[in-house]
Amino acid sequence: MIDENVVRYVANLSKIEVSEEEVEIFKRDFKKIIEFFNQLDEVEADVEPTYHVLPLKNVFREDIPGKCLDREEALMNAKHKEDGYFKGPRVVE
Amino acid sequence: MNVKEWIEKVENEGAYDSVAELLEKIEKSKLNAFIIVTKEIALKQAELYDKGEVKGKLAGIPVAIKDNISTKGIRTTCASKILHDYIPPFDAHVVERLKEEGAIIIGKTNMDEFAMGTTTETSFYGVVRNPHDLDRVAGGSSGGSAAAVAADETVLALGSDTGGSIRCPASFCGIYGLKPTYGLVSRYGLIAYANSLEQIGPMASSIEDLALLLEVIAGKDWRDSTNVGKDFKFVELEKNFKVGVIKEMRANEDIQQFFDEFINSLRKIAEVEYVSLPSIKYALPAYYVIAMSEASSNLARYDGVRYGYALDTLDSWNRYFSKVRAEGFGIEVKRRIMMGSYALSAGYYGRYYLKALKVRTLVKNDFERALSKFDVLISPTMPSVAFKIGELTDPVTMYKADINTTPVNLAGLPALSMPIGFVKKLPVGLQIIGNYFEENLILNFARMVENEVQFGEVA
Repeated sequence: MIDENVVRYVANLSKIEVSEEEVEIFKRDFKKIIEFFNQLDEVEADVEPTYHVLPLKNVFREDIPGKCLDREEALMNAKHKEDGYFKGPRVVE
Repeated sequence: MNVKEWIEKVENEGAYDSVAELLEKIEKSKLNAFIIVTKEIALKQAELYDKGEVKGKLAGIPVAIKDNISTKGIRTTCASKILHDYIPPFDAHVVERLKEEGAIIIGKTNMDEFAMGTTTETSFYGVVRNPHDLDRVAGGSSGGSAAAVAADETVLALGSDTGGSIRCPASFCGIYGLKPTYGLVSRYGLIAYANSLEQIGPMASSIEDLALLLEVIAGKDWRDSTNVGKDFKFVELEKNFKVGVIKEMRANEDIQQFFDEFINSLRKIAEVEYVSLPSIKYALPAYYVIAMSEASSNLARYDGVRYGYALDTLDSWNRYFSKVRAEGFGIEVKRRIMMGSYALSAGYYGRYYLKALKVRTLVKNDFERALSKFDVLISPTMPSVAFKIGELTDPVTMYKADINTTPVNLAGLPALSMPIGFVKKLPVGLQIIGNYFEENLILNFARMVENEVQFGEVA
């Protein structure tokens, strides 16, 4: 059953802040989407799952050092940086 | 305008003037097909071509690139606020190939945000209008690429197709679009939405042009571990085709009637039979469970730290990430990430995600059975003509428009959409599905259809 708590729970799992108004919108939408997903309950599928369509095996290559992004290129899209490093948010509250 | 016509134009007027004319057309356009126009790069490349300094299969030919494909030094936004300022420090494999073959990169095309949509209405940069009717959508998610080709704002374009994102806009805009076999074209540099389903593919205004662009982008690239390392080469074939019409892939009344008449004409030149793929009934919900689950995982990377939309002040990680993502993503992207998290969460994994992967096996088996009897399978690409802008308000109604295209991605098969006429002055697309790596057979069948079937028009 989709209620406010479920919406808040998946929003938190997804790390997306939601407003009161959005909770209402998503509650309505999720009910419809879950109903749509629930069509799968009708299927008897006594088969193996397909994660990938092609029978791919591990691909190996020679372990040769190649060119990487240099520090400047790697940092060029970051807003917060210091001394050539990314600066992230606090992880300990 | 196809490649042949463009080359003639360039021979008469020079590449520089021809490209300048194209750029002016884009600037005046009402379609909103481009997010970024790479004016200087295009003119410089045209100038080099005129000096005879450019060689390659695509020398002097304008190509537009969907804006979820990384271009070094050129903004790549995925039509999302979260990547509005993002400049990739590297090229996608397909972009490297375009450059190696001398293409003129004309710009980055508009799309649904992160390729999640069927109309481009989820783009942060606004909807792409349909060149056949400006009040209608161009289709999605590669709507900008399709509209640009249809309106001669480019000659060739790249799109990407996760559940129909090349074929849908090709159908709505009356052009050609091909989703290659999964693994034929490297996804290196394609910004991921649902990586077990998506492929980059060519969009063009002729079958020969599709084949040409596919020849360029297909091939080995070790940086995509699902790339199979096969090349593609177009070879003309004379063949008596055995064609299966998929019973479960239908369209609304107008298009269905048009399509049935098309089938009758097709019988004169090919062996045509109806074929049933019963599992297709469940392909659509299975597709959306898988696509949303993969999206929730793939889009976890947008945290406002290394790239993308960021807040001025760094807060605690939980609040910072949640706020960046709340402000950076649009509503459809949020819906899909959250429903994906739900489908993968404890207690629901078996019921939704695992079940969807089992349905995927059934769909794949049904296709393989049918393709052991037929050379190609066909259906209407879309169940309707292009929607009016704003017509689809409910998300599930929108998802249902992908009913004929998504099964192909679940199975990883190649499929092409080609224009076969008009209903109420709007283009109708034929979907042609082939066996794994049978792109050549599909293209040859399309060529035969184009040469020998009289296309209809329904007022």
